[in-house]
Amino acid sequence: MAISLLPTGSWAALAIAWGTLALLSASAGLGPFRLSRGAFFALPFMLAALPLIFTRPGDILATFQLGPLTISISGQGIVEFLTIALKSWVSVQVALLLTFTTPFHDLVDGLRKMRMPRVIVSTISFMYRYIAVLSDEAGRMMRARAARSAHVDGSGGGSLVWRMRVVGGMVGSLFLRSYERSERVYAAMQARGFSGEFRHMHGRPLDAADRAVFVAALAAIALFEIAGQLWLPHA
Amino acid sequence: MPDAAARWVDVEHLHFAYPDGYEALKGVDLAMAQGEKVALVGPNGAGKSTFMLHLNGINTPAHGSVRIGGTLVERATLKRIRAAVGMVFQDPDDQLFSPTVFDDVAFGPLHMGIPEPEIHARVERALASVGMAGLERRLPHHLSLGQRKRVALATVLAMDPSVLVFDEPSAGLDPRGRRELIGLLQGLEQTLLVSTHDMRLVAEVFPRVVVMDDGRIVADGPTDEVLADDPLLLAHGLERP
Repeated sequence: MAISLLPTGSWAALAIAWGTLALLSASAGLGPFRLSRGAFFALPFMLAALPLIFTRPGDILATFQLGPLTISISGQGIVEFLTIALKSWVSVQVALLLTFTTPFHDLVDGLRKMRMPRVIVSTISFMYRYIAVLSDEAGRMMRARAARSAHVDGSGGGSLVWRMRVVGGMVGSLFLRSYERSERVYAAMQARGFSGEFRHMHGRPLDAADRAVFVAALAAIALFEIAGQLWLPHA
Repeated sequence: MPDAAARWVDVEHLHFAYPDGYEALKGVDLAMAQGEKVALVGPNGAGKSTFMLHLNGINTPAHGSVRIGGTLVERATLKRIRAAVGMVFQDPDDQLFSPTVFDDVAFGPLHMGIPEPEIHARVERALASVGMAGLERRLPHHLSLGQRKRVALATVLAMDPSVLVFDEPSAGLDPRGRRELIGLLQGLEQTLLVSTHDMRLVAEVFPRVVVMDDGRIVADGPTDEVLADDPLLLAHGLERP
């Protein structure tokens, strides 16, 4: 969040953020560039910011004609696009660092301690448990389809509409399977005494050291944000 | 109560129909003594799973009654009944719904209202008794099917039930996993009802077998007699081990 609040063109602040992350990542035994590489999977989402280059008013750098449309590229547009791209790249690295270094169980436990509503915490942990089961199920269906998608020489693979209907059917059947599984899971929960209210073990309570780390981290982030807004150069 | 021990599981005239009108159980009577091990066999769709879901009140009978240790299964007794009857489902992915093995084994005791130090002890004991000690922090989807089945058993053992109900425990297991399962089943002291298609398992572990078909019990007797009755086995789509 601190990163997304930085003003446009805060190259120095972003560099500091990236450097800190690389340092943390190295100290966690991941190597300094592991996160930077991993975060490229978010690249497609940055495309959403691409139109800014053309739509943002500002000094025109280049203009070209596309049929009836006149398209111009502005300097401000490029700066904004680059800022958004870098911000999302660095933000994704923060998330990656958290998930690489913290077991899922501790994350859920942390959410619970931060007083996140129980229903949400339970939903997240169910999602985590069943995403693997569900993707296995989808994988088996795709394999079954591939195994029967034979081609006779000279014939195509059916029309696009027909293929879309096949995929639609697969999605529907996956939904029904998941729905039926949810009924069986619910029965298994009931069988072990679940009656509508989630209970959790309390685990290790937060101690003074935990609170100190939390406050220090918050202060460091605040300092970084102030520096980014006021002292470090930006466009 | 001598009667309660002789009829620890006591099912009388059980009828059940699904909401769509399909009549799955058409009058089932079954009594099991405390500590008895009984196999439930029959073709797919005979009503075995539907029947077993009545034993701890997941399904509610249309007519008839289920008693466990003398207690009638009804709304008011559900909590007690579910602590007394442990149910191990066929697909461990249905049974293991928590992020870690520990959370899953602790789920039953936790919802029974047992204090936390006792829960830790129970989880440890249950996992040790299925040979999975030390795997508390593992994720269920990183375990093999055989391991997941054993953890599924641990999730109900941690509740300390007097009756254990298994749906198809040997389905999908490799020979070694099956061997280990047989060892586990033979070592259990609880009253045991196991539905299965695995006739060799029946012959090896269970002194008594109940044959179910079309919502009724069609045979009930010593395993060696029932499994020697070829016409009966043929009529209900079964075979000798």
